[in-house]
Amino acid sequence: MNITRGFTGRPRVHDSGLPPGQYDARDEWPVLSAEVTPDLAPEDWTFRIDGLVAEPRTWDWEQAHALPADAYEGDIHCVTGWSKFGVRFGGVSLDAFLDQVRPLPSATHVVAYAHTGYTTNLPLADVIGGRAWIAWEYGGEPLPAEHGGPARLIVPHLYFWKSAKWIAGLRLLDHDEPGFWEGNGYHARGNPWEEQRYSGD
Amino acid sequence: MTQPGTPVTRFAVPGRIGVSRQAASVWRTATLTEIRRETPRVSTFRFAVPGWPGHLPGQHLMVRLTAGDGYTAQRHYSIASAPDDSGHVELTLDHVRDGEVSGWFHTVARPGDRIEMRGPLSGFFAWPGDRPALLLGAGSGVVPLMSMVRHHRARNLTLPLRLLVSARGPEDLIYADEYGPETTPVFTRTAPEGTAVGRMTAAHVAPLLVEQPPGGWEAYVCGSNSFAEHASRLLVAAGQPVERIRIERFG
Ligand SMILES: Cc1cc2nc3c(=O)[nH]c(=O)nc-3n(C[C@H](O)[C@H](O)[C@H](O)COP(=O)(O)OP(=O)(O)OC[C@H]3O[C@@H](n4cnc5c(N)ncnc54)[C@H](O)[C@@H]3O)c2cc1C
Repeated sequence: MNITRGFTGRPRVHDSGLPPGQYDARDEWPVLSAEVTPDLAPEDWTFRIDGLVAEPRTWDWEQAHALPADAYEGDIHCVTGWSKFGVRFGGVSLDAFLDQVRPLPSATHVVAYAHTGYTTNLPLADVIGGRAWIAWEYGGEPLPAEHGGPARLIVPHLYFWKSAKWIAGLRLLDHDEPGFWEGNGYHARGNPWEEQRYSGD
Repeated sequence: MTQPGTPVTRFAVPGRIGVSRQAASVWRTATLTEIRRETPRVSTFRFAVPGWPGHLPGQHLMVRLTAGDGYTAQRHYSIASAPDDSGHVELTLDHVRDGEVSGWFHTVARPGDRIEMRGPLSGFFAWPGDRPALLLGAGSGVVPLMSMVRHHRARNLTLPLRLLVSARGPEDLIYADEYGPETTPVFTRTAPEGTAVGRMTAAHVAPLLVEQPPGGWEAYVCGSNSFAEHASRLLVAAGQPVERIRIERFG
């Protein structure tokens, strides 16, 4: 251990909800994206799932809202070091979408892509079974554009760069294909509890 | 992305360079060699980093401080210095109120102290000096842009480079003595006699886009989120293509 002279850290209560190397951002919700925030109206938003599925399909805003409402309540973790406790995202479970397109047995991974062209890759297992959502509300309000509104992907058990803002679709694949940040040196999976920040971690 | 169904991506901005995965995953011990005050709230910290693999202007690194009880704090900092082969890097830190890491740097750190760093990280915001660059920064957001300006100067590059830097007033302008004709400061609260006060506007940005260099600008925007939103919208409104705007947000 390389102790830094004179560094004690902020007085802290031990918090088991905080993954290693993270701090509690409390009321702050930093915005991190390398893109210009798009002006995307709900009427123009669409969400598509294709690739290795029985029936590819595109939903518009109304069709997506007709699916059973669901919400994620819990914590989120950003690779830049902050975590936020007890947030609430309202939307629809990704399972509800996937049930309609029926993934083929050969599908192992997904590439999530945004209306801006941003991409990120995920193992299929990380987005099924109640672990991922398409969200359009934050704290009961419409999701702000700079945080991915009108709708974004939420995969809260992974670092938040996986939760693609301005989500446009998922493509199911039988192999892993690095997305935008993954191609820029970030880890392929991004599990905060194992500190999978950069490739090689 | 050629399969049917995929929208045409506008954000097809590739990383400017291949990132060394090896370098990004290694923690190195860096020794603080010098502290220089830039403004009342901002200082530059110079480190000797044995084994530093080199960087490109615009890249950042991760700093880790460790307390006696094993607690660690990690933060990202842009690299302020131009690439050189001296094995040193410089960081320029704003003293954030109640800041855990910046607070340690500004109140405890002294030459000889050892900390850990990993990097350089992310090739996305990097500028190898290959395209005309239009740089917009505010506050400590000027740090990675200064690395580009310094690189441009050190290499005697002739391709066009322009910097618009926003600060509250002259006393808050980081690197004030180092700017040349490539730079236009914008003061938001107080300004010297005869200089306008106010935030960056279309009037600052539009003329630069009217007189585009051949091939157009590669735009780099860095600062707080609110500045990044404001400045990137000014660029889009002035006609800069979104896929040629790179943004680094400090949070
Ligand atoms: C890619 C990137 C590059 C960056 N480059 C630079 C750079 O070149 N220069 C620079 O100065 N900064 C840079 N930053 C910002 C930097 O990473 C830090 O966010 C900044 O230094 C603040 O860290 P800190 O530990 O001092 O403050 P923190 O301890 O993180 O505090 C930040 C704010 O939150 C409040 N806060 C949070 N938690 C608590 C708590 N538990 N108790 C009390 N208050 C709390 C504090 O009051 C403070 O105002 C960069 C960020 C990114 C993402």
